[in-house]
Amino acid sequence: MNVSRRFFITLTGAAAVAWESVLAGSPEEAPNYKLTDHWWAMLIDVDKCIGCGNCVRACSVENNVPEGFFRTWVERYQVDDEHMADPIVDSPNGAINGFPQRPPGTGLTGNGVKEFFVPKLCNHCVDSPCTQVCPVGATFTTPDGVVLVDEKYCLGCRYCVQACPYGCRFIHPEKHVAQKCTLCYHRITKGLTTACCEACPTGSRQLADLKNPKDPIHEFMKKHSVQVLKPQMATGAKAFYANLDGSVR
Amino acid sequence: MHLFPPNNFIYPNETELQWSILIVLYPFLTGLVAGAFILASLERVFKVEAVKPTYRLALLTALAFLIVAPLPLQLHLGHPERSLEMYLTPHKSSAMAMFGFVYLWYLMVVLLLEIWLDYRKDIVLLARSSKGFLRLIYKAMTLGSDNISERSLAIDDRVGYIITIIGIPSAFLLHGYVGFIFGSIKANPWWSSPLMPVVFIFSAMVSGIAAVMLLYMLLTRLRGYRVNIDCVDAIAKYLFYIFIIDFSLEMLDLIHRIYEADESFRSLDFMVHNSLWIPHVIIQILIGTLTPIGILGATQIVPLAPYVRKRLYAIAGCLTMVGIFAMRWNVVIGGQLFSKSLLGYTTYDLHFGSREGLATAIVLTIMPLGILYVLAKLLPPWQHNETAQ
Amino acid sequence: MNRFKDAGHLVRVVGVFLVGVALFLCVRAWFVPKSFGEYGHYRGDSIKEVAALPIVHAGHETCETCHSDVLEVKKAGKHATVNCEACHGPQAKHAEDPGSVKPVLPDTSVLCARCHEANSAKPKWFPTVATAEHSMGMPCKTCHTPHNPKIGDDAAKGEKK
Repeated sequence: MNVSRRFFITLTGAAAVAWESVLAGSPEEAPNYKLTDHWWAMLIDVDKCIGCGNCVRACSVENNVPEGFFRTWVERYQVDDEHMADPIVDSPNGAINGFPQRPPGTGLTGNGVKEFFVPKLCNHCVDSPCTQVCPVGATFTTPDGVVLVDEKYCLGCRYCVQACPYGCRFIHPEKHVAQKCTLCYHRITKGLTTACCEACPTGSRQLADLKNPKDPIHEFMKKHSVQVLKPQMATGAKAFYANLDGSVR
Repeated sequence: MHLFPPNNFIYPNETELQWSILIVLYPFLTGLVAGAFILASLERVFKVEAVKPTYRLALLTALAFLIVAPLPLQLHLGHPERSLEMYLTPHKSSAMAMFGFVYLWYLMVVLLLEIWLDYRKDIVLLARSSKGFLRLIYKAMTLGSDNISERSLAIDDRVGYIITIIGIPSAFLLHGYVGFIFGSIKANPWWSSPLMPVVFIFSAMVSGIAAVMLLYMLLTRLRGYRVNIDCVDAIAKYLFYIFIIDFSLEMLDLIHRIYEADESFRSLDFMVHNSLWIPHVIIQILIGTLTPIGILGATQIVPLAPYVRKRLYAIAGCLTMVGIFAMRWNVVIGGQLFSKSLLGYTTYDLHFGSREGLATAIVLTIMPLGILYVLAKLLPPWQHNETAQ
Repeated sequence: MNRFKDAGHLVRVVGVFLVGVALFLCVRAWFVPKSFGEYGHYRGDSIKEVAALPIVHAGHETCETCHSDVLEVKKAGKHATVNCEACHGPQAKHAEDPGSVKPVLPDTSVLCARCHEANSAKPKWFPTVATAEHSMGMPCKTCHTPHNPKIGDDAAKGEKK
């Protein structure tokens, strides 16, 4: 398509029409979104993450995340085979600008040293400890499996931040209410994917709808070993990690 | 040799602490309430006559601290104007929400009612004898009833006795709940423990009893009377034994942690040996627990003159207050200094003048004493058989 | 009768409590939001409020309705799985009003390094270069066409630089 044809489409407002259909829901219309038809989760393939930080940047722009706080972030691990319990972990500013190369001479040396990246976000737990402790019902799990915060009702008592084992919650410095990843609820209820998945260049992060029989996560889970973070906490986490190393915290 | 921690890693959202010194102060204040009430109940229910001089003082002390207790919470909230939501739509699975009702129960049904029933005769007499604005206050407190016949006072005594019996488990519930608010957080290995409510209750008793003892000794001296030695001897004895139980429980927690050495042990051990060394080992354990226990133990074993015992009780009492405050600090702040990744630490940035700063904490600690002064003027807690100095 | 006369003050206490409870129930009926409890112990309206937040990234399907030519080029190369906004940034405003909101073309001397700069932590299957030696500060666009980055690929020939 050359410039003039694109211009023509702009004039006819075809783009505007296309955008309207996005807002209305593509492939499904927004008014037809039924809460009980969905059960949202996230699939993360650790082997595919290149630590570019695109997800962190996209999330921060999509959701107006205040500087210094993170609804999603990426951690870099360096592990050697004798010290799986003592990985060297860093996440410079949540990896919003990626990761600098580790200076030579620092870090682990020795046999079997490996490095990898692990994206983290709210796990939208089924038995979420954060919703359990909220004194007023300002954080809750929607019928379609997303843990949200009601910013108009939250007192800012910070109990939920204490209760989350994964460190994914924070208090907004100006609004003084709890905040966290919403799984881009405003997008997924309109047929879009989350901002982090949209921006991920390698497909390491993928939104999943466990109630959708055609969702690729079902085949994936059948064929691969999949873990959740801190399984001993029995939170019913729904962020599933493929190829997750045992040293990951 | 592989050092721990290999570097310092905290989850990116963990840089700032969530709960400040005000949340350290809150269990300290409610602990004083519970402990003061237990001391009062020693006389009322367990018939320990020796501590009777402190009975009414203990109740007023409990009330003064209970009135101030919600203030640090309000100042800490992001939206204090929404705090009524905890009463309107309490989330039944939340210990914090349920605690709002425990607090209300304890304030209304236990403490206020017991104080009212014990003082009712004096209130009616004061309503009859005072003039002007003060008369209005006393009249309001009588709830319009002028009846101080023998029979009505006997009923008061009976009902008050029952309320104190209900009040003892209520006091345990009041402060045990605060312990449970921390102890039920599985995400935090420093807090998560079934021992937490029990440790909180016993340390509350220690601090409350010590506080009332100190207040009794100080206020009696200031008013020009002599401190009743049998009274403080009895209080010190109970303080000593309860302190031993409290210390044993804390040591049990420590020994259990060291022995089992689960995944959190290395991180917590490093913390206790570094950022928490002075507050935990030096201040809480050495200065705030072992020293007062040693002093009180000495007064139990070694025959000492009354004036020596009084001074030792005062020293032990002050060190106890420091020790129990340090215990609250080490639980609340200590529990937030280490990362949930168990691979790093952050620091607590305590400011002086901010909303949740040191100045606010100091004011909130002194405020109950001001309220106690007003209460003691309105409802004098002193006995009539005191000896002048 | 005498017993009740001497317990009259206690009846007053009970009365005060009952008044307090009644007041509490009134306050509760007034202040609790109507949609509270609709789905669970929370304000049901909150779900709609979160769902109505503004969209900032248009999503690649929207981009592709107008820019299908780029899609054709991209599909044939290694950047097939890279969505438009991963490099071009959020473009919902542009999609809403393409005529007046023009996206700023990213600078390839910094853009590409975000993914492709050599780093020992990156997985071995992922192509990286040490840009200081590889391109010495020149924008990557000098040799690579971003939508299909392989040099000398036929599909890239149709794309303007």
